[in-house]
Amino acid sequence: MALSRDLTGKIALAGVYEHPTRWAPDKTELQIMAECARGALDDCGLTLDDVDGLFSAGIAMGPMGVVSLAEYLDLKPNYIDGTNIGGSSFVAHVNHAAAAIHAGLCEVGLILYGSTAASNSLAIGTGMGGAARDAAGSFVSPYGMTTVGSYALVAQRHMHEYGTTPEQLAEIAVTMRKHASLNPDAKMRKLITIEDVLSSRVISEPLHLLDCCIISDGGGALVVTSAERARDLAKPPVLIQGCGEAVCHREIGSPDLLTIAARQSADNAFAMSGLGRDDVDLCTLYDSFTITALVTLENLGFCKPGEGGAFVEGGRIGLGGALPVNPDGGGLSSNHPGMRGIFLVIEAVRQLRGECEGRQVEAAEVACVHGTGGTLGVAHSGATLILSKA
Amino acid sequence: MAAEISYSKPVADWETRAFWEGCGRHELVLQRCRDCQTVQFRPRAICAKCLSSDIEHFVASGRGTVYTFTVTHQNHLPAFRDACPYVLAYVDLEEGPQLMTHVVGCDPQDVRIGMPVEVEFVDLERDPAKDASRGIAAGTAIPRFHPS
Repeated sequence: MALSRDLTGKIALAGVYEHPTRWAPDKTELQIMAECARGALDDCGLTLDDVDGLFSAGIAMGPMGVVSLAEYLDLKPNYIDGTNIGGSSFVAHVNHAAAAIHAGLCEVGLILYGSTAASNSLAIGTGMGGAARDAAGSFVSPYGMTTVGSYALVAQRHMHEYGTTPEQLAEIAVTMRKHASLNPDAKMRKLITIEDVLSSRVISEPLHLLDCCIISDGGGALVVTSAERARDLAKPPVLIQGCGEAVCHREIGSPDLLTIAARQSADNAFAMSGLGRDDVDLCTLYDSFTITALVTLENLGFCKPGEGGAFVEGGRIGLGGALPVNPDGGGLSSNHPGMRGIFLVIEAVRQLRGECEGRQVEAAEVACVHGTGGTLGVAHSGATLILSKA
Repeated sequence: MAAEISYSKPVADWETRAFWEGCGRHELVLQRCRDCQTVQFRPRAICAKCLSSDIEHFVASGRGTVYTFTVTHQNHLPAFRDACPYVLAYVDLEEGPQLMTHVVGCDPQDVRIGMPVEVEFVDLERDPAKDASRGIAAGTAIPRFHPS
């Protein structure tokens, strides 16, 4: 099917808010979401009464979570979307909100996420899973695959096929930490070196502790509306130029673990936007692990398969480099409350508005946002947005 | 020296029971679509390529090569905590499909991508009352691989 370019440039991100908390044992998840809703609505000058579309997903919310959220906020939206495709969900929610607004099914979409993953001691990296509970899971659960392990399988294969080195992966963590040091809200701000990464303990070969994202509490909110309506709101609108989503899995035959969902979702998003990779001034992408960032850059098309190692070397994905990635410090150093997709959109919007003092990408006009959800080495989703200044 | 892994019992439904009962006989059972010849894993009642319901089971050679692996050094789950380091891997089977497994029978540091491996089975103790509720009436075992 040929993708329509009909909504390109017609839908805007009008309000954004990232909760400054990284540790919130005194808050509930719904409370964090409500505080974020207040922040994003204040940001664009709208109120809860203006919201007629509600989008959310969570790790603790349950399958009907978005209904509980509507009840908590005393909202009766006309459009409801609780799509949960993992950490990328909130990037996909922007796609869905854009389609719904463009189709006239709602006018103002509110996308929310909140989590107390850290204060609830959720051992996401190497303490989840356990004995099989269903037939499909029984082909994985006997083998003790950790979340870190599923990404390590991808890293090992990448190193084998392309000669990617632990030092190249480590440089991604070093760059994210440097960015976090410029972000007053970031959880981990002390600078690290490649040697620090390589000498941190091995969790699942070839990934070390510092190749892995942190676990924090936190939350965020996005307000999406038509570009027309956004023009009169408090902040300069950021326009959606292209969007795409995809899933990747390894069910039949011998899959190629190094081709990820980002390939399909980004090709569609760029085609829809009419923009090329060279037009992009910054990229915010899911960096659950250093390898996630590396294969995502390849699959988004910023470099060829196998060139990711060289692409991230020499500060090229740092501020001032060829393609700044995650100026906020990403999941590796700023925050990672279980699911991180919403923060990728928030940082991209704030960069395009020029609001990121201390870590601002100069003359940022076009951003590429890519969320990954699930486990890269087993089954995962991807959602891409191409955003621009109005 | 790492402790032996205490494997949990799988749960089967009628789509996957033939695989797990095959493991109980120390046979690695795969499926082939009689219409389009696709060999598929994990087992399904229907061919995921052509949606045919004409599926046959056959015993695979049990030989394959390591596609990728990771030596796991940290897993907080009690069943695995003391078994670290252990080798989690994907093995490409001769017949085409790839499965997640363990590679054992050599030093974890000697495992390599492309290494030829062969299946072995770890028998699980039978518990007739509970086994029925898990969908596997016969004995079953966990398949894993060692260098061939």
